Amino acid sequence: MSASTVPRNGHPSSMHPAPGASGSQQDAAGDALGSRLRGSGVDTSHNVILYLEEICVSFDGFKALNKLSLSIDVGELRCIIGPNGAGKTTMMDVITGKTRPDSGTAFFGQTFDLTRMSEPQIAATGIGRKFQKPTVFEQHSVFENLELAMRGPRSPLATLFSRRDRATGDRIATTLERVRLSEQADRLAGLLSHGQKQWLEIAMLLVQEQRLLLLDEPVAGMTDDETERTAELFLSLAGEHSLVVVEHDMAFIAALGGKVTVLHEGSVLAEGALLDVQSDERVIEVYLGR
Amino acid sequence: MSMPDSPSHRAVVSDGPVQSPHPLFRLTLPALVVLFVIPALHLLTPADSAWHLSDFFLTLTGKILCYAVVAVAMDLIWGFGGILSLGHGLFFALGGYSFGMYLMRQIGRDGSYHAELPDFMVFLDWKELPWFWQGSDHFLWAVLMAILVPAVVATVFGFFAFRSRIRGVYFSIITQALVYASMLLFFRNETGFGGNNGFTDFKRVLGYSITSPATRSVLFILSGLLLIGALYLAFWLTRSRFGRVLAAVRDAESRVMFIGYRPQDYKLTAWVISAALCGLAGALYVPQVGIINPGEMSPANSIEIAIWVAVGGRGTLLGPVLGAFLVNLGKTYFTSHFPEYWLFILGALFVAVTLYLPEGLMGLPARLRALRGLPA
Amino acid sequence: MIRTLLFALCLLCPLGSMAALPLPLLQALTGDDADARTQAVIDLGLSVDPQAQVVLEALRDDTLFTLKGRLLVVTGEQAADAATGASVGVPADAPEPPEQLTVNNLLRGEAAKALALRNLASKDVDVRRSAAKELASEPPAAFAASMATAAASEQDADTAQLLKLAAAQAQLQSPEPGLRIAALNSLADSGEPAIAAMIKPLTGSVEPDVQVRDAARRALNAIQGRLFWGDLLDRLFTGLSLGSILLLAALGLAITYGVMGVINMAHGEFLMIGAYSAYFVQGVFQQHAPQLQAWYLAAALPVGFLAAALVGAVLERLVIRHLYGRPLETLLASWGLSLILIQAARALFGPQNVQVANPGWMSGSLAITPSLVLPWNRMLIIAFAVAVLALTWALMQRTRLGLYVRAVTQNRAMASCVGVATHRVDSLAFALGAGIAGLGGVALSQIANVGPEMGQGYIVDSFMVVVLGGVGQLAGAVWAALGLGVAAKFLEGWTGAVIAKILVLGFVIVFIQKRPQGLFAQRGRNVDA
Repeated sequence: MSASTVPRNGHPSSMHPAPGASGSQQDAAGDALGSRLRGSGVDTSHNVILYLEEICVSFDGFKALNKLSLSIDVGELRCIIGPNGAGKTTMMDVITGKTRPDSGTAFFGQTFDLTRMSEPQIAATGIGRKFQKPTVFEQHSVFENLELAMRGPRSPLATLFSRRDRATGDRIATTLERVRLSEQADRLAGLLSHGQKQWLEIAMLLVQEQRLLLLDEPVAGMTDDETERTAELFLSLAGEHSLVVVEHDMAFIAALGGKVTVLHEGSVLAEGALLDVQSDERVIEVYLGR
Repeated sequence: MSMPDSPSHRAVVSDGPVQSPHPLFRLTLPALVVLFVIPALHLLTPADSAWHLSDFFLTLTGKILCYAVVAVAMDLIWGFGGILSLGHGLFFALGGYSFGMYLMRQIGRDGSYHAELPDFMVFLDWKELPWFWQGSDHFLWAVLMAILVPAVVATVFGFFAFRSRIRGVYFSIITQALVYASMLLFFRNETGFGGNNGFTDFKRVLGYSITSPATRSVLFILSGLLLIGALYLAFWLTRSRFGRVLAAVRDAESRVMFIGYRPQDYKLTAWVISAALCGLAGALYVPQVGIINPGEMSPANSIEIAIWVAVGGRGTLLGPVLGAFLVNLGKTYFTSHFPEYWLFILGALFVAVTLYLPEGLMGLPARLRALRGLPA
Repeated sequence: MIRTLLFALCLLCPLGSMAALPLPLLQALTGDDADARTQAVIDLGLSVDPQAQVVLEALRDDTLFTLKGRLLVVTGEQAADAATGASVGVPADAPEPPEQLTVNNLLRGEAAKALALRNLASKDVDVRRSAAKELASEPPAAFAASMATAAASEQDADTAQLLKLAAAQAQLQSPEPGLRIAALNSLADSGEPAIAAMIKPLTGSVEPDVQVRDAARRALNAIQGRLFWGDLLDRLFTGLSLGSILLLAALGLAITYGVMGVINMAHGEFLMIGAYSAYFVQGVFQQHAPQLQAWYLAAALPVGFLAAALVGAVLERLVIRHLYGRPLETLLASWGLSLILIQAARALFGPQNVQVANPGWMSGSLAITPSLVLPWNRMLIIAFAVAVLALTWALMQRTRLGLYVRAVTQNRAMASCVGVATHRVDSLAFALGAGIAGLGGVALSQIANVGPEMGQGYIVDSFMVVVLGGVGQLAGAVWAALGLGVAAKFLEGWTGAVIAKILVLGFVIVFIQKRPQGLFAQRGRNVDA
């Protein structure tokens, strides 16, 4: 399929899928949990989408996370900062099911115990993750990357017989436009620049329609211009999605303007607005002291 | 067969230009013609004619056609799925043994002991058929078993291996251990498959003499049809969304997991389909070569399959077929003319292809263009 | 007992006091009836006539001839009458030359037993001891009484014990239940598996007498109780011996896999190179220093190490290095290298296995109990494995190379950043791993066949050890090797070797599910892939 066949219908706001576009092909034998969720959604009755309580993870005596507690509200845009080894990536590993905590609880909404779910189950319930190192399918075209990420059947049997439809193409085209990759639709993802790969990965989270997006260093390797546009994008996503952004780039965090959490040695050191956090004695000591 | 993802088939990997139809479609008709012309020349021309194709030629090409099916099956799992199996010979042999059981039963009372039981059982002083030999006198049952036995073994092994996220060299070595252990098992007389000697001295298939030119020709044509079928199946699998997920698992498994696919399901599906294809190839191979024994399960045989695929070009559809033919023709030539050099050549082939030709012969044109500084 | 013996003697040798052997006996020996021939040999064994000794020896040495119905003992040019020992002249141009008596192996074996019985009267203790050993397995029933008498008067304790058991064994075939029970009671003192096996059928329907069956059961229990610990220790020992071989094979692989993350399928061929080095050095010693022959192994060790290390370094430089980061391709390429090495070995040394001799000081064994016999070569290999392990450990912990190797194993990128020349470390580590395998090959040459394909069987086993132990963990490799070795030997005892191998494989697969990092590996933060 060449770029010209991707319809551009100019509805940048149409973030939601055409009803039944792919949901109808939900494979019954596949992810029952996932389909239940997409139907009913995550129970966020207390307006909180993610709870972490007293999470501990240790690797051979080294405490990567030490009684970490954190909660993210629905629609919130939260930034996480902290020096290397503070436990940021391990925290993401716990939330996405890659690492099992030694103790503590992790809940998605009111009902989903993340410590008991596998990575694909967690992804199907509505948590998306962008890795520190951009991870896209390099041997696939940009279009195919998004197509694979798109909400839809996840079982082998369903994918064997699935066909492309117009609605899918439309949605992918819209999303590509949003991350400014329309021109690259048919290029192999491996040929993209570093910044473009970051955006492609973000776009993959968008078409998945995840409720909670975990973004590990999303602007690393981006130009200032790209960074600025990424901040705009994230701001437009907040509200509709909840975002957790791990970053070192303070200007970017300032541009996002949300609440900031500082991690240190596996637990929360400080939390609040960026300016408050930056003037906190303990934070200054962690970053500048020693 | 339905072709998903119309209107155009998108390339998953570098498999030629996206726009033009795959060479598979252009080659199908000529291949079919050749497939019928070869046995026709064998059957219809007198033995002294310049046009005559010998028994040896027919059996050799028929055998390589079966190998080519195995190569396609291997490519499905290795080239497209990134999983290097060093144990595919097991599935091939299981298919061969399953059909071999039928051929043994077809011998009837014409064995050297003129007994109801196969010779090796008489020799072991067995009084009746073991339970797993029940039904083996039915042709259709045997064909079914040739598909099902490898598929079930693959399912059980794959389920546990993929579930525990055994991958890379771990997986490769464990498959080698699997095929090695199976070989030891089949070497035992008590296992019930003829021990060391395996099955041989077949007389007929479906009542027809197994060595008659007509039977040979039919087996040859069936092997060719199976290869074409396998290629179309592989085309369909790899061009469907399934194939794209599979290739995505190969390139970035954790990303696949974090967008909600269970990689183990995809690996297992491809693995089992690959095993079943090998089983069918084995079932067609045995009546053509006239013997099946545990040697087919030697680790060296299984790892050789990988080199057919590597030589031709993994991740391509037609590369494995090319590789299977070239390597096996080379093997036939060298083992009869310079037997002491064959292992040197095979060994050097392993080294040279991995070092200098990672995309195999199918990638050679692109590589040459790149060398001459021309656009790809 | 004595009465029985006297009775037997009187019965069987009514003419024993006469100067010549009875004619019917010799006729039976030349006849066609196999049973009669056997009986004749037994009679000769029990005979008091010294001429019986001469005939038995002639029977053993195939020097009995018949001439016109007469039995002759021919030694060189001389011929003597078998019955009397009187010299007989045979004209060289006799119309009918003497015909050699046909003796089959069965009869020859019985002659050996009969001779042994006669030798029990020898003054030389060594002769008596070897005679007792000869009689210990399947002694003829007719010898029971004579052996019991000999046992009673025997001075040497070991020989007396052997004879007592032999007599009891012979007595077991007695038709009288009382005698069989007496025999069983004396056999109950034995600690030999063979005797347990012999008694076992008597506990069942083979034995008609119920009381004898009970006695057999009691005796069997007593023996098996004694055997249990010996058997356990024996399995443990063979398991440890297998484990140390696995360890020698796997240590090098553990290092190369740890450092480079690649499986070298040609690793087994480094073992082969080590083993052929031993063969080569043995040949050199034979040619140039036969008086030092016993110590050729000492020279073979450095040669094996250097040869394998050199080949390893060359292969790493030429092939493995260029495949860094492509583990599956490395696997295939190294398989190709292994094919080339195997074929090279065939071209250099021939396709057949070659003979590598155990030096004298390695042969023999240490018998702790009759059922627990530890061969010296296996014990030495365990000791050797310990020594190689200690050296490797010292190298890894105490030298700069070891430090670098450990650093690269843990974090290649970081090691490279702090100035470790990772490429050089790769080369050295690969050569070291190959060299250790070479040492293992020298050791292997002492207990296994040395041939071009000897290395092929070890790659899977070594990899299992590495997987089980955890990558880059020497301690893990040790426990895994010993554990796998002992487990394999115990399983073999219960299920046979093939099923044992399959069970071990299944266990490793299950184990990887539960602990993918291996027994001892560290858990670490996952790096995104």
